[in-house]
Amino acid sequence: MKRLHLERLANPQLLALAAVLLINWILFPNFFRITWQDGRLFGSAIDVLNRGAPVAILAIGMTGVIATKGVDLSVGAIMAVCGAVAATMVVAGYPTPIAVIAALGVGVVCGLWNGFLVAVLDIQPIIATLVLMVAGRGIAQLITEGYIVTFNDPTLIFIGTGSLLGFPMAAVIALVLMILVTLVVKRTAIGLFIQAIGVNRSAASLAGINSRMLLMLVYGLSGFCAAIAGILVAADIRGADANNSGLWLELDAILAVVIGGTSLLGGKFSIPLAVVGAIIIQAMNTGILVSGFRPEFNLIVKAGMIILILMLQSPLVGSAIGFFRRDDKRVVSK
Amino acid sequence: MTIISKLALAASLVTALTSVSIAQENLKGLTIGFSQIGSESGWRAAETSVTKQQAEERGIDLKFADAQQKQENQIKAIRGFIAQGVDAIVVAPVVATGWDDVLTEAKEAEIPVLLLDRGVDAPEDLYLTSVASDQVLEGRTAGDWLVKEVGDADCKIVELQGTVGSTPAINRKQGFEEAIAGHANLTIARSQTGDFTRAKGKEVMEGFIKAENGGADICAVYAHNDDMAVGAIQAIKDAGLKPGTDIKVVSIDGVPDIFAAMVAGEANATVELTPTWPVPPSTRSRHFSPMAPNPQSSSSPSPSSTRLPTIPRANTTPARA
Repeated sequence: MKRLHLERLANPQLLALAAVLLINWILFPNFFRITWQDGRLFGSAIDVLNRGAPVAILAIGMTGVIATKGVDLSVGAIMAVCGAVAATMVVAGYPTPIAVIAALGVGVVCGLWNGFLVAVLDIQPIIATLVLMVAGRGIAQLITEGYIVTFNDPTLIFIGTGSLLGFPMAAVIALVLMILVTLVVKRTAIGLFIQAIGVNRSAASLAGINSRMLLMLVYGLSGFCAAIAGILVAADIRGADANNSGLWLELDAILAVVIGGTSLLGGKFSIPLAVVGAIIIQAMNTGILVSGFRPEFNLIVKAGMIILILMLQSPLVGSAIGFFRRDDKRVVSK
Repeated sequence: MTIISKLALAASLVTALTSVSIAQENLKGLTIGFSQIGSESGWRAAETSVTKQQAEERGIDLKFADAQQKQENQIKAIRGFIAQGVDAIVVAPVVATGWDDVLTEAKEAEIPVLLLDRGVDAPEDLYLTSVASDQVLEGRTAGDWLVKEVGDADCKIVELQGTVGSTPAINRKQGFEEAIAGHANLTIARSQTGDFTRAKGKEVMEGFIKAENGGADICAVYAHNDDMAVGAIQAIKDAGLKPGTDIKVVSIDGVPDIFAAMVAGEANATVELTPTWPVPPSTRSRHFSPMAPNPQSSSSPSPSSTRLPTIPRANTTPARA
C-alpha cells in the first residue's frame, strides 16, 4: 500500500513541478523564504500560488471540457466579460454580493451558450467557442466602454487581494473549487459519464447517458470557473481591463490541462493534476521574474521548459524508461 | 492619388499657417482605415476615442480595427483596408519590425499609409509620414527627473518595460539609460516586461520586491507607462511599503489614475503626453479632463513633444488629414 502511494507521487507532473521549483531555488536562493507580514504569508512561493490561481481555476473547468473531447477557447474572453460586469455594477452602486452573483451568472450563461452550440447544434467545440472568444472581448469592451473601470469596493478588493489564514484569497478559492469539483465528479457517476462521452459520444448516448445535458453541464462549469477567475483578476488590480484581462489565458489553461496528463482526445482526466499543471506554468513565470533574465528570453525559456515537460510525458519516453526499469530488475534478480 | 498631394500641400502650408481648416474641409466623405494596436492602456483607449471623435467631426468614414496587441491582426486589417480600397490608412504599429511586405502592398495599391505614435523599421518611402512623439525624450525626461530627485544618494532602480520589441519600450529604455548614464549612483538593478498592462505590472513588481530583499533595496521604479506604474504601486502597498516614499514611482503617459495616485502621494512623477491627435482642450474626452498634478512633485515637463521624420514641425497636418 505504501509502495503504491510512493509510485503515485512519482508521476511526471509532480516531478516536473519539483524540477521547476528546484531550478527556481538554484537561480534565486530566497525562492522559498516565506515571512509573515501584515497578517499574511509573504514570499515568492506564495506569489506562485496567488498568481497561478486564475489559470488553475480555468484549468478546473477546462479539464471537464477537454475530457469530453472538446475545448473551450472562450474562457479568457468570459473572464473579461465577467470582470467588466462585476466592476461596472459595483461602480454603479449595486451591493457587492449582487454584482458578484450577476458576474457569475453571466459566466454560466456564456458557458451554456457554448454548450448549446456544441451539444445541441453539434458545432465542433473549437469553432463553437471561438465565436465567444472573439465576440466576448468585444462585449467586455462595450460594457467598459473601452476604459479600465476602476473601483474601490472593499469586499471585492478583499476577494482579489485579501488573505485567509495567511494564504491569498485567490489560492484559497482555487483550492476549495478544486476539492469540490473533484469530489463531485469522482464520488458520483458524473466523472465516468464525462469520460465515456470523451471516448465515444455515440456509444455513450446509446448506453443511455444524456450526453447533451452533460455537455451543457461541463461547458457551463467552464464558464462558471472563468467567471470566478475574471472576478479575481479584476479585483486584484481594482479595475476591469476588458482588453487584457484573461488575454491568451485560455491557452495557458489548455496547456495546464495537457501538462496534467489529460489527453486532448478526451477520456481519462484528472482535475488536481491540471491544477498542478497551472502551478508549474506559474512557477516558471515567477521564476523568470525573480531570476533576472532579460525579458527577451521569457518566452524561449518557457517554451523550452514546456517541451521538456511534455517530452517526459510522451508515451515513447515513458516506455523507454519502463524498458530500462525492467532491465534493471532482471539484472537484480539474476 | 489626390490625397497625397493634398496632404503634402497642407503639410508645407502648416508651417506658415497655424490653421488647418483648408485640409479639414476637403476630407469630407473620405474613407480612412485605422488599425489600432488595441486598448492595452488608458492612454490608448483615450487615443482611440479621440480619433473616432475627430473623424466624425471632419465627416470622415473611419474604419476602425482593433488588433488586440497582435501584429498579425494589424497586417490582416491593413490588407482588408487595401481590399476595400480606402483613401488612406492610419496604423499604430504594435512592434517595429515586419511591416515591409504589407506596406509595399499598400504602396502598390497607391494608398498612403500614416504611422501613428510608434515607428517602424521599414524604408521611409513605404509610408507617407509618421506622427510620433519623441519617445527617447520621454524616457530621458523621466530619467532626468530621477537624477535630480535623488541627488548624490545611491539609487537602485527597477524598470518595468513595455511590450518586448515595441518602439516605445526600446526608446523609453534608451532615453532613460542616457539620462542616468553619467551618474554612477543610479543603477538599473532589474528590468522586465510588464506588457504595458496593470496586471502584469503588478505581478512583475511583486517579483522584483521579493528578489530585492523584500523591496528594501529598491529606491525607485521606472515604468514605461502609467498603467504598469499603477499596478506596481499596488504591489508595493501589498508588500507593506509606501509607494512614493519608500520606493519612488516615475512613469510616462499622464492618465487620470496616475494623477489620482500623485494626489494621494503614491506616485512621484509622470511625463504627460496627450493622445497624439492634437485636440483643443474643449473637445477633450471626459476621461482626459485635465487634473491637477501633485504640486509637490516636479511632474509633467513637456506635453506631447512631437516628431516628424519627413516634414518637421508639420505635426498637426497629417494627423488632421
